[in-house]
Amino acid sequence: MHIAVCAKRIPLSGGRWVLTPDSTEIDTSGPSMGFTLSPHEECAAEAAVQLVEQYGGSSTVLTVGVPDSETELRSLLAVGIDRGVLVETDGREWDPQATAAVLTEQIQKGTPEGDAYELVICGTEAGDTADYQVPVRIAHALGWPVVTNVKGLSITDGVVRCERAVGSAREIYEVPLPAVISVKDGVNIPRYPSVPGRIKARKKPVDVVAGERPEPRLEKTRLDLVEEETRSAEVLGTGPDAVPALVEIFKKIGVI
Amino acid sequence: MTVLVIADHDRGVLDPTSLQAVTAARALDPQVDVLVVGADGAGVAGELAAYGASTVHVATGDGLSDYAPQAAARAAVELVGSLNPSAVVAVGTPRGNEVLAHVAAILDVPFAAECAQVTLSPGAHAIVRNRWGGNVLETSTVHSDLLVASYTAHTVKAEAAAGAGTVVEFAPALSPADTVVRVVDRAGEASSGVGLAEARVIVSGGRGVGSAEGFAPLDELAELLGGAVGCSRVVTSNGWRPHAEQVGQTGTKVAPDLYIAAGISGATQHIAGMRTSKTIVAINTDKDAPIMGYAHYAIVGDVSTILPALVAATRAAKE
Ligand SMILES: Cc1cc2nc3c(=O)[nH]c(=O)nc-3n(C[C@H](O)[C@H](O)[C@H](O)COP(=O)(O)OP(=O)(O)OC[C@H]3O[C@@H](n4cnc5c(N)ncnc54)[C@H](O)[C@@H]3O)c2cc1C
Ligand SMILES: Nc1ncnc2c1ncn2[C@@H]1O[C@H](COP(=O)(O)O)[C@@H](O)[C@H]1O
Repeated sequence: MHIAVCAKRIPLSGGRWVLTPDSTEIDTSGPSMGFTLSPHEECAAEAAVQLVEQYGGSSTVLTVGVPDSETELRSLLAVGIDRGVLVETDGREWDPQATAAVLTEQIQKGTPEGDAYELVICGTEAGDTADYQVPVRIAHALGWPVVTNVKGLSITDGVVRCERAVGSAREIYEVPLPAVISVKDGVNIPRYPSVPGRIKARKKPVDVVAGERPEPRLEKTRLDLVEEETRSAEVLGTGPDAVPALVEIFKKIGVI
Repeated sequence: MTVLVIADHDRGVLDPTSLQAVTAARALDPQVDVLVVGADGAGVAGELAAYGASTVHVATGDGLSDYAPQAAARAAVELVGSLNPSAVVAVGTPRGNEVLAHVAAILDVPFAAECAQVTLSPGAHAIVRNRWGGNVLETSTVHSDLLVASYTAHTVKAEAAAGAGTVVEFAPALSPADTVVRVVDRAGEASSGVGLAEARVIVSGGRGVGSAEGFAPLDELAELLGGAVGCSRVVTSNGWRPHAEQVGQTGTKVAPDLYIAAGISGATQHIAGMRTSKTIVAINTDKDAPIMGYAHYAIVGDVSTILPALVAATRAAKE
């Protein structure tokens, strides 16, 4: 089975978010800023690696992002994804319709060896923009079924069995391959990259394709940070000596 | 004009957040058409009318007896054709966002998920939506005549307002492909963190707790305080605790009376899940950890010595 995983590089802040002076992006230039992948997508990659271990085939990660996204893409090669495709952007954001269209185009091409993909695994929502739609749009473009919010996954005889938690209910879906699914953090526990995994990842192939950004139809004009009251915690003390003061707080707020 | 609301119900029980969507729609247009999918949806028409639904369209037919997202979207698209609404809205529950994504994909129009504000302006609708689990707000223009948008749950308070609530049944035209994805079975209660979402007290641990065994005093303290144990993603990804206990952007969102963050740094994705807790207590070796900017009270020090002392002192105080 040949599986495509869609994963997006997103900014990560060690502390609070800071915006660029024109308030259109997260400022990633600060010392405590970095980049990462969403937990949903780390789980998507883990699911693909496990399925290939079980059934053979191959896995490919697809990313639409700036050239530096290759770092995060390769972090998935280090945990067992076989290869990557990076659709390079110029740094301006692509709207979810454009993102889905270019991912669909890459999925329709199949693997570099010419095999058709049978399963596409995405995250339920992107960690930064949370558009809740790219996998559904890919599925419509391919004419495949799509199950979203997947928290449990197995495949038997070409049928994907998905569990999904909605509120306190657990729903079961069964769809035939080929299919698109979007998974949630917790569907599995992603493995950490091993040292040999990291070394192998450097040699795994990554195809770089130039992306042409269409005019956005969902057009971001600005970002604002949600106003938070900045507090400075009242320090009750250091070490176990401070425990009685905390117990007094418990009494004051009525939890004991 | 009208605004079309997609209401959600589970086998005849209305998802109460749907009433928030009806309330939000009324602010956009006095005429509010509501779609409920499935014959047992007819039973919720009265509730929807009490919150202002002008007409409740009940989609019935084979394949619509249980939740089937693409079929629900087909029913909505059929109503878009006949009613010509200016917007199709729902609340951003997993189902709400999923059905709207299908609607937008079928019609090839944009979909603005998790909105906090919507101003209709066909061709260039103005919206403000939540990003990063609600830490950042995005202002956007939606270039489309029809607006497809979800509201983040609880951004609008449901307000009663009598509507006509005329019930109209219809059988949307479906192809077999529309019902391939549907609920075929249900399994026992999910451990989806519901207990966590309702707990009054949450004792939460992070990397600083050090190990699965390190959680023993957190379990004890949670029990003494009648609360639940929570954790950070580092903890679930280490396999120390189940994912159902993870608090945050990709975990459960909580708002207890007391949230104790032990050995948790306070990454924004963790904060996104607990920022509205009434009292936040941090226990951390680092007096400058980001969590200190959110906590009301803090103890600086090692959880492995502080927590056992806290358990003993709490037990003594209860006696
Ligand atoms: C899109 C996205 C979604 C995410 N969703 C979530 C989510 O839902 N929930 C979540 O939690 N995270 C989430 N994360 C991960 C998040 O960014 C952080 O990595 C994570 O919250 C850090 O967990 P932590 O605080 O336990 O660990 P760390 O950040 O490593 O912090 C450990 C803390 O413990 C303190 N400490 C160490 N030893 C001790 C000791 N002996 N006694 C006391 N204190 C000690 C340290 O000073 C430090 O402050 C998400 C990330 C992304 C990118
Ligand atoms: N730029 C991107 N590159 C690769 N995959 C993406 C990208 N944007 C979205 N996706 C995939 O689509 C999922 C849902 O994204 P969204 O609809 O934007 O919330 C993500 O979890 C990814 O799996």
